Amino acid sequence: MSLILPTSPPESGRVARWLASTDHKAIGILYVLTGMVFMLLGGLEALAMRAQLARPNATLITAQTYNEVFTLHGTTMIFFVVMPMLLGFSNYLVPLQIGARDMAFPRLNAFGLWLTVMGGLLLYASVLVGPADAGWFSYAPLSEKPYAMGEGTDFWIAALLFAGFGTTLTAINVIVTAIRYRAPGMGLWQMPMFAWMAFVNAFIITFALPCLSAALLMLEVDRRLGGHFFSHGGSALLWQHYFWLFGHPEVYIMILPAWGIISEVIPVFSRKPIFGYEFVAGSSVAIALLSFAVYAHHMFVVGLGRPVNLAFAASTMLIAIPTGVKVANWVATLWKGSIRFELPMLYALAFIVQFTFGGVTGVSFAVLPIDWQVTDSYYVVAHMHYVLMGGTIFALLSGLHYYFPKVTGRHLTRSLGMWSFWLVTLGFNGVFLVQHALGLMGMPRRVYTYPDLPGWGLLNVLSTLSAGLLGVGMTMILWNILRSLRVGEVAGANPWNAWTLEWWCASPPPPGNFTDLPPIRSRRPLWDLAHPEDTDADRPRRHDQTHGHIRPEEREHHQ
Amino acid sequence: MNAVPTLDPASSLAWPLTRLMWIVFALGGAVFVAVATFTAYYAWRYRHRGARGEPPQIFGNAREEVLWMVGAAALLAGLFALAWWTMNRVDPAPPAGRTPDVIVTGHQWYWEAAYPAAGGRGAVRVANEVHIPAGQRLLVELRSADVIHDLWLPRLGRKMDAVPGQSNWLWLEADRPGRYGGTCAEFCGAQHAWMRLDVVADAPEAFGAWLAAQARSAAPPSVAAAQAGAALFAREGCGTCHALRGVGARGGPGPDLTHFASRQIIAGGVLTNTPANLRTWLRAPQAVKPGTRMPTYPLTDADLGHLGAYLGGLK
Ligand code: HEM
Ligand SMILES: [Cu+2]
Repeated sequence: MSLILPTSPPESGRVARWLASTDHKAIGILYVLTGMVFMLLGGLEALAMRAQLARPNATLITAQTYNEVFTLHGTTMIFFVVMPMLLGFSNYLVPLQIGARDMAFPRLNAFGLWLTVMGGLLLYASVLVGPADAGWFSYAPLSEKPYAMGEGTDFWIAALLFAGFGTTLTAINVIVTAIRYRAPGMGLWQMPMFAWMAFVNAFIITFALPCLSAALLMLEVDRRLGGHFFSHGGSALLWQHYFWLFGHPEVYIMILPAWGIISEVIPVFSRKPIFGYEFVAGSSVAIALLSFAVYAHHMFVVGLGRPVNLAFAASTMLIAIPTGVKVANWVATLWKGSIRFELPMLYALAFIVQFTFGGVTGVSFAVLPIDWQVTDSYYVVAHMHYVLMGGTIFALLSGLHYYFPKVTGRHLTRSLGMWSFWLVTLGFNGVFLVQHALGLMGMPRRVYTYPDLPGWGLLNVLSTLSAGLLGVGMTMILWNILRSLRVGEVAGANPWNAWTLEWWCASPPPPGNFTDLPPIRSRRPLWDLAHPEDTDADRPRRHDQTHGHIRPEEREHHQ
Repeated sequence: MNAVPTLDPASSLAWPLTRLMWIVFALGGAVFVAVATFTAYYAWRYRHRGARGEPPQIFGNAREEVLWMVGAAALLAGLFALAWWTMNRVDPAPPAGRTPDVIVTGHQWYWEAAYPAAGGRGAVRVANEVHIPAGQRLLVELRSADVIHDLWLPRLGRKMDAVPGQSNWLWLEADRPGRYGGTCAEFCGAQHAWMRLDVVADAPEAFGAWLAAQARSAAPPSVAAAQAGAALFAREGCGTCHALRGVGARGGPGPDLTHFASRQIIAGGVLTNTPANLRTWLRAPQAVKPGTRMPTYPLTDADLGHLGAYLGGLK
């Protein structure tokens, strides 16, 4: 492959250069590769669970193993797949999008990455002593000494502490970079959508992850030093308060950069600017603030008082508004565009539909009594996978196909990509759509098996078979990546005809990224360059009633 | 709707909830269909068909943004009001000072119901089954003996956590006599999957008779095999974990066995209560339900026969 790596001491070998690199692009790539390796593991764990659940009363794997596997799966996917991948995109793209040479603190950046990798290794080292089995949420007192005697939980705690510190450091790095290193002429409010959302996201990380770290330390004090925070006279619910004060912002941490990717892809493949930049960007701020104010909607059945429940139901309703604003603006961006059905766009369109479905079921939980009925059932499993897999992972796949040419200089193969897209989409919906029904049929989540009640066996086997399709599709994507690195069509600097700075430099970007920058007078410097007679900066009054100033020949445009 | 218990309510505490679900599914479904349709329609209608140049560059429209925000806010405010109203219907606040009719306790991994009104607090303890009189609203106090559990009876209404060190409250009612299945919904360790239970709604007179029968101590065994079983029960120390009123067994952590034969499921629903299944269970509980707190005893076939005869007679 033809990746160019700067800041490399000439005497060291290729691997050593990668490992020692402090270049934001190398670190970004390593973050994504880390995510991919763990995704392989998390995916295999998912398939193991689906195999066990294919039939009622199955005994393919034991209860204990199943519980360890779903704990590993959840922890892996959240902390070692989704977060590293999103941070990888942030690392790679934020400096490029704002016209900077690197992140503000390159060595801190490398440190953050390796802390995360260390966390992942610790998590899997725990397999040697018997991994944690209390779930990714690790509710006390199940995670306390009398119920989780082994060292697996201690490894789990250590793993998340390492990864959490690494993530927090990287977030601070993103904040400083975005504030201090924007190219001359680019205001905060002019940053490309992805950089903007990564920036806002970094604030959520900075405030949310320390809640988790603190709670983890308290749990470890309970377990090893005889503390009484969450059991033995302490409060089991205290853990949930701390955990979800981190855990809810966490779900937005896992979606904001994904929204950023979608907000890049949809405009470029509709050949229009994003509809309502100010609203898409501003709603992210509203979400960042509100995300800390909704956490107890994960605790509607623990026996909180009526006023507390109502307050959190109201804030949850509220957060659906800025979320809806984003969806509306993506759809409006398609309107009167010139849609190109390239692979990134297909994933983005699937994202809109699937994410909206997950949002709708999310709102159904916010209608509090419905949560009383369906929480902790497969309905919740379906909801969270629609937003996290149908949402975030699809956005990441969209971003992968979109930025692959930038990162490697070559395109992913389209025919193979089409096959994988349809397999993944079909597989994903097949796995999780039926799970809504299973939840309504009374199937609780986190069970290693289930009785043969009417319909349960059928829907579960459908889900399992679809998981096979999904697995094949994902493997084909992996194959496409490996193949296209060698034989992919050569891309050039700006293969998609996009408008933001990362497409100005060569593909792959050289060390230092930019030798020169175009004048930056609007949010789309490359558009301005291509249309000097009609720059964004010169279009008057973006939000007037006729949807902005439209040139007469644009009105005439026929698809 | 028979296979979908959440949409097949059997309690006045559940049907407002089901109705709310239908309303929200309909409204949510409409929103989803609208978004999906616009997405698909625009994508198709405005697909690139070879025209050169760029389409109109539209940057947004503040009025439209405000419009859909207000629309969403109105819809959500309506849902919030509906939610609040339904909460009061399906989960009314218990009157102050009201004592519970049933105390349900979650254990790793079975449910236990105690009836404080019958023969003193906790005298009548039943595992895996909760009997209630049909058509009456009982107040349940929910507790946990170890970790967090969650009582979920989809046809009867809301679920509620059992939290160690805390009492939660829940109304329980079934409109008509019948068996209503349920389960633990909060992950609670190795055998969370086999922590199921049945609520049995009896006609009120039948419920009275049932409670009176449960309040009696176990009858002494009459046949020889059962007597041998009783001796074995004492010798093996089963009573350190299991209470069995009438023979002085007061054990706490395991299910009360006083009227074991009157119940239909064993060990959180992993087996139905038949003589053959009981034998399977006694021979190797750790094989049937790995991780269960009940140890496996080295029992001979004869022992199993005797214990079966004894326990099977505890009507
Ligand atoms: C319209 C937006 C959304 C609303 C109103 C919403 C609402 C909710 C509610 C109330 C719950 C708690 C359900 C329960 O446990 O009983 C929940 C669970 C969850 N949500 Fe969402 N949600 C939304 C979007 C998202 C997004 C964007 C993500 C992440 C990308 C997400 C990820 C999750 C996850 C992971 C859980 C389950 C956590 C667990 O119990 O392990 N949700 N959601
Ligand atoms: Cu439980």
